[in-house]
Amino acid sequence: MHYVIVGNSIASVGCIESIRKIDQTGTISVIGDEVHPCYSRPLISYLLENKTTEEKMTYRNDAFYEQNNVKLMLGKRVQAINTETKQLSIDDGSLVDYDKLLIATGSCPFIPPMKNLESVKNRFTFMTLDDAKNLEKVLTKESRVLIIGAGLIGLKCAEGIRDRVKTITVVDLASRVLVSILDEAGSSLVEKKLISEGITCILGDSVKEFVNSDALLTSGRVVGFDVLVLAVGVRPNVSLVKEAGGEVNRAILIDETCQTSLADVYAAGDCCESIDCITNERKVLAILPNAYMQGETAGRNMAGEDAFFDKAMAMNAIGFFGLHVITAGIYQGSDKLFTTESGYKRLFVQDGKLVGYILIGDTINRAGIYTSLVRNKTDLATIDFDLISEEPLLMAFAKKERAHKLGDAQ
Amino acid sequence: MKRVYVNEQWCLGCHLCEYYCAYANSGQESMVKALKDRTINPRIKVEEKNGISFAVNCRHCNEPLCVKSCIAGALSQVDGLIVVDASKCVGCYSCIMACPYGALMPNEEGVMQKCELCTTNTHGKPACVQGCPNKAIVFEER
Repeated sequence: MHYVIVGNSIASVGCIESIRKIDQTGTISVIGDEVHPCYSRPLISYLLENKTTEEKMTYRNDAFYEQNNVKLMLGKRVQAINTETKQLSIDDGSLVDYDKLLIATGSCPFIPPMKNLESVKNRFTFMTLDDAKNLEKVLTKESRVLIIGAGLIGLKCAEGIRDRVKTITVVDLASRVLVSILDEAGSSLVEKKLISEGITCILGDSVKEFVNSDALLTSGRVVGFDVLVLAVGVRPNVSLVKEAGGEVNRAILIDETCQTSLADVYAAGDCCESIDCITNERKVLAILPNAYMQGETAGRNMAGEDAFFDKAMAMNAIGFFGLHVITAGIYQGSDKLFTTESGYKRLFVQDGKLVGYILIGDTINRAGIYTSLVRNKTDLATIDFDLISEEPLLMAFAKKERAHKLGDAQ
Repeated sequence: MKRVYVNEQWCLGCHLCEYYCAYANSGQESMVKALKDRTINPRIKVEEKNGISFAVNCRHCNEPLCVKSCIAGALSQVDGLIVVDASKCVGCYSCIMACPYGALMPNEEGVMQKCELCTTNTHGKPACVQGCPNKAIVFEER
């Protein structure tokens, strides 16, 4: 059996690890366009913040590929999948045969059209290790940095470089920060934190034009800058599957076995659209845990097991300058709000189930107990919901359930 | 694999397991030095309410959601044991988001700590089990 994985990030590692639990003899080839062994992309802001190093941010230890007998083909791009001959064409002119294929090509930065953008010399995206290293090269204590995008990537970038530069201005078309994961109160708390840390947030605004080292905004404001970071959003890399005739919407469509519409072709991670287990709608749930678990599920199926990943849901754990945020699920139904000294907790209940939550500040402890209620669609009538709303405690479960949780081998 | 299990009906709610845990992971030889005048931050924690009490620590899940959710590759499963490499952890708290038992918590430096069954400290075998006066906490294969 020859397994081939296109992409060398988290989903790829999940796939390798699950294949090797089942099949120790089949060959595994990984083709990746970056020259680095798998590292964690969300750590690039921590790298610039000196909270990690390039060595430490590798996702697995140095011996990983050797121990798992993986043939690494790095710095290469796959140009096409031929599903008839079950071959991949590589940009060095070679062909690679596969029996089972995983597409884990992730996403790439989306850059909206902005007038004179190409005239900006110091312009960067912030997604890969090379992006971070390139950005680092130009940063000085005198740099005025303009970040377009107040989402997860843009704001983590701001935090990562804050101590290295003179000023940071974040501009976003949305009227508030982190609009994809927070409610208004949460956005407001995070924005206040950013402002208190010296970051300027200009919201509900966008760049109309770049003129020399100024960004002219739609509102008429002018922001002078030396370094530009584009963090507006990402686009799933779907072209390989699309051009091979596979079903693609915004991203590659996969089923609960993580297979695409093409025979023997699986897909996992940020390039995919899967079913959100809370809403049963198709969504791009581009978060790291889903990438790992989709890759893992694909790997098990590629190696001949019958595995399903039907627990994909939105969830995020992120922090800015010590203000921690953990969220999960959807923000619908009735809500319960608890305000605390440094933040708040908001729980969302629909049809007798917890469907989502937002925790900020000192409310984040043991958040996974809430996540488990969302993930398992626990009937809230079977637990002491008043108690668990106050504090995430296993005490809130019935004695029998508690005995099972704590007493059985998991 | 042998794990730490808590028999709820025998738990007295005395919190000694928490103190033994903090001591075992303190790196100090003397329990007094390790604990005197300090607020402890143990890896096992007692829940108690209305006369019921039980301790909770890492279950060392066969399918560990914390490991699969860790963005830094700092958590790993080694022969069934879930361990954290504190030098790789950046304190993003993804594992807190993922763990259904609420069994991971940050240490004083903001990086994660968790029960490693006392295999990674000088104690060697679970101190909470040794310290439990009513044998409510056991270390066994199930």
